Amino acid sequence: MPEGILCNKQPIVTDEQLKLTLGDKSGKQYYAEMEQLDVDTDKLWSTIQNTMKSRLKTWLNICAKCGLCAESCFLYQVNDRVPEQVPSYKIHATLGELVKRKGKVDNAFMRKCMDIAWSWCTCCNRCGQFCPHGIDMGVMFSYLRGLLFSQGFVPWELKIGSGMHRVYKAQMDVTTEDWVDTCEWMADENSEEWPGLEIPMDKEDADIMYTINAREAKHYPEDIAEAAILFHVAGENWTMPSEGWEQTSLTLFAGDWEGCKQQVLHVYDAIERLRPKRVVGTECGHAHRATVIEGPYWAGREDGQPPRPYIHYVEWLAEMLRTGRIKIDPTKRIKEPVTLQDSCNYVRNQGLKNITREIMSYIVEPGYFVEMAPNKEYNYCCGGGGGFNGIGKYRPQRNIALLKKREQILATGCKLVVAPCHNCWDAIRDLEEEYPMGLRWSFLKPLVIKMMIVPDHLKPQDEEGEEE
Amino acid sequence: MYNFLTGPMVWITFLVVVVGLTYHVVTYIRGLDWRLDRVGYRPNMQHGLKGAARSIFFWILPWGSHGWRAKPLFTLLFFSFHIGLLFTPIFLEAHNIMLKDSWGIRLPGISSGLADFLSWVVVIGGIFLVLRRIAYPEVRILTSAYDYMLIVIAVSPFLTGLIARYNVGNYDFWLLIHIITGHVWLLSLVFTKLNHVVLFFLSRAQLGMDYGIKRGGMKGTQMTW
Repeated sequence: MPEGILCNKQPIVTDEQLKLTLGDKSGKQYYAEMEQLDVDTDKLWSTIQNTMKSRLKTWLNICAKCGLCAESCFLYQVNDRVPEQVPSYKIHATLGELVKRKGKVDNAFMRKCMDIAWSWCTCCNRCGQFCPHGIDMGVMFSYLRGLLFSQGFVPWELKIGSGMHRVYKAQMDVTTEDWVDTCEWMADENSEEWPGLEIPMDKEDADIMYTINAREAKHYPEDIAEAAILFHVAGENWTMPSEGWEQTSLTLFAGDWEGCKQQVLHVYDAIERLRPKRVVGTECGHAHRATVIEGPYWAGREDGQPPRPYIHYVEWLAEMLRTGRIKIDPTKRIKEPVTLQDSCNYVRNQGLKNITREIMSYIVEPGYFVEMAPNKEYNYCCGGGGGFNGIGKYRPQRNIALLKKREQILATGCKLVVAPCHNCWDAIRDLEEEYPMGLRWSFLKPLVIKMMIVPDHLKPQDEEGEEE
Repeated sequence: MYNFLTGPMVWITFLVVVVGLTYHVVTYIRGLDWRLDRVGYRPNMQHGLKGAARSIFFWILPWGSHGWRAKPLFTLLFFSFHIGLLFTPIFLEAHNIMLKDSWGIRLPGISSGLADFLSWVVVIGGIFLVLRRIAYPEVRILTSAYDYMLIVIAVSPFLTGLIARYNVGNYDFWLLIHIITGHVWLLSLVFTKLNHVVLFFLSRAQLGMDYGIKRGGMKGTQMTW
């Protein structure tokens, strides 16, 4: 069978197709169709020839097969150090073989590649830091994912995720109406406790435009409210766009290169339309990478920069705490051992390692912050990165992947983990569910709200004008 | 035979090596693509070059990078092997005399004791690299006959040079073999993975630019990648 009804080479671009694919429970029919899917070997080879230039080609060719990447890979470590999990082996057995055979591969090979690309590598890029030749297997696996996606060999959830971006401009089916309603609802809901609280929509020329992860709109609207409260207390002149608010990109995980471009352009259009001085993104790793680090290139911006300065939430928060626009009540600082999860996507991939530690210095009582080992740019992936969290087919492998973070957290002796990244947050939540150890985990926003000093004029007043 | 190998063949080999390696460098740089690599090389050249320099510097410095420090013994083996491999042929007195005879120039020479020592380092280093490939499952799975062949190519001129120097067996025979393996060694720099003699610097420079521009360099974060 050349192409299936659900599993085929076309990305999902209509609501109908999206609903049809979603209706296939756990992707049963989808994966059955995948077993019959033909490989367009000519197209595969021509794509490789057009897109595999110096960097990837040289990396594949000069790999000295020294094995120094082995120990750098947490998946190798937690999978009993089986040699098949050595990063170099993984990429040579998949992409390397694909190139060697000039794209002449069969269905079974492509499915094997899919398994490895999405469940043996989270594209955390850690191995690249241990290769003497500077070969980054994470980059190569992202590339392989793109090739697989173009041929229809992509996990069911990510085919849907990519379709969501193409149909709803968000990783979830949140329409513009739903989105605006959610923001209004959150502003109302909190207006009693926070008089004057607003979630300004589509305000032009604001100091800050704020963008989020669609999961917040769909499942954790309180995260939006918390952001609003903190902007309110800091006295920010801010706004959110009614269109182009979704900063994440499941297309990045899926390898849907065209979808990546479409998604990031929605956000950049909003920036051009509203002309904020700068943009702040939420506590999310891959969202930041997609929109700020890789996004400019997808959008064809040669300088590699978004249209306006675009910062991660931790950068904004550190600035507020540093300048005293948000003040912490010293008596409310965290007084228990607490550790910090470094998100690969903005720590290893954009160097924001010290800024998160600066935040910890304001919110944690001295002596209580415990570093993981290793940490900063050498920290390990949470175990759920690269889309691993969301793929049902690979749940058993994902659960094993969590073990490295478990080991690291146990070694700190902490029960509280600060995780300023949606994926890390989810992975640590699932870690506690799979292997209960009494963990608690938190984004920065709720922690700071609990311990900040609220200026008197922002507190609710009773009828006599007294503070409550 | 001897006259050919130490006369015209030297010219041919040197020419092939210079042209071949230049070709590798030029095609590598021309094949960089800011869109495909997602690195804004040109507009951010200064950050990029800084990152490239950092990356190369910390990786040619023994134990200079986190990666080297993670495997201290391998690093020792690796650096000794490479220093012997590059240093000995360039500064060996016998090579210098030949250079003087044909081109009238000479480089500073090293004592024969040091040359012997460095050659032994290469031979023993090569043996350890082979043993390591056999002993560790994570390296064994990556290893093919090609990888062993490269080690043999790299070590042969040193082993044969030592045999000739110690006058084991027929000197003329071993000298000839030494010269042939030397030519093979040089030509392999162009035609095999030993092209990493230049591509190492280019690949590191590329990743260094990536980090220097996109992955933290422009945020003012220094990372040793």
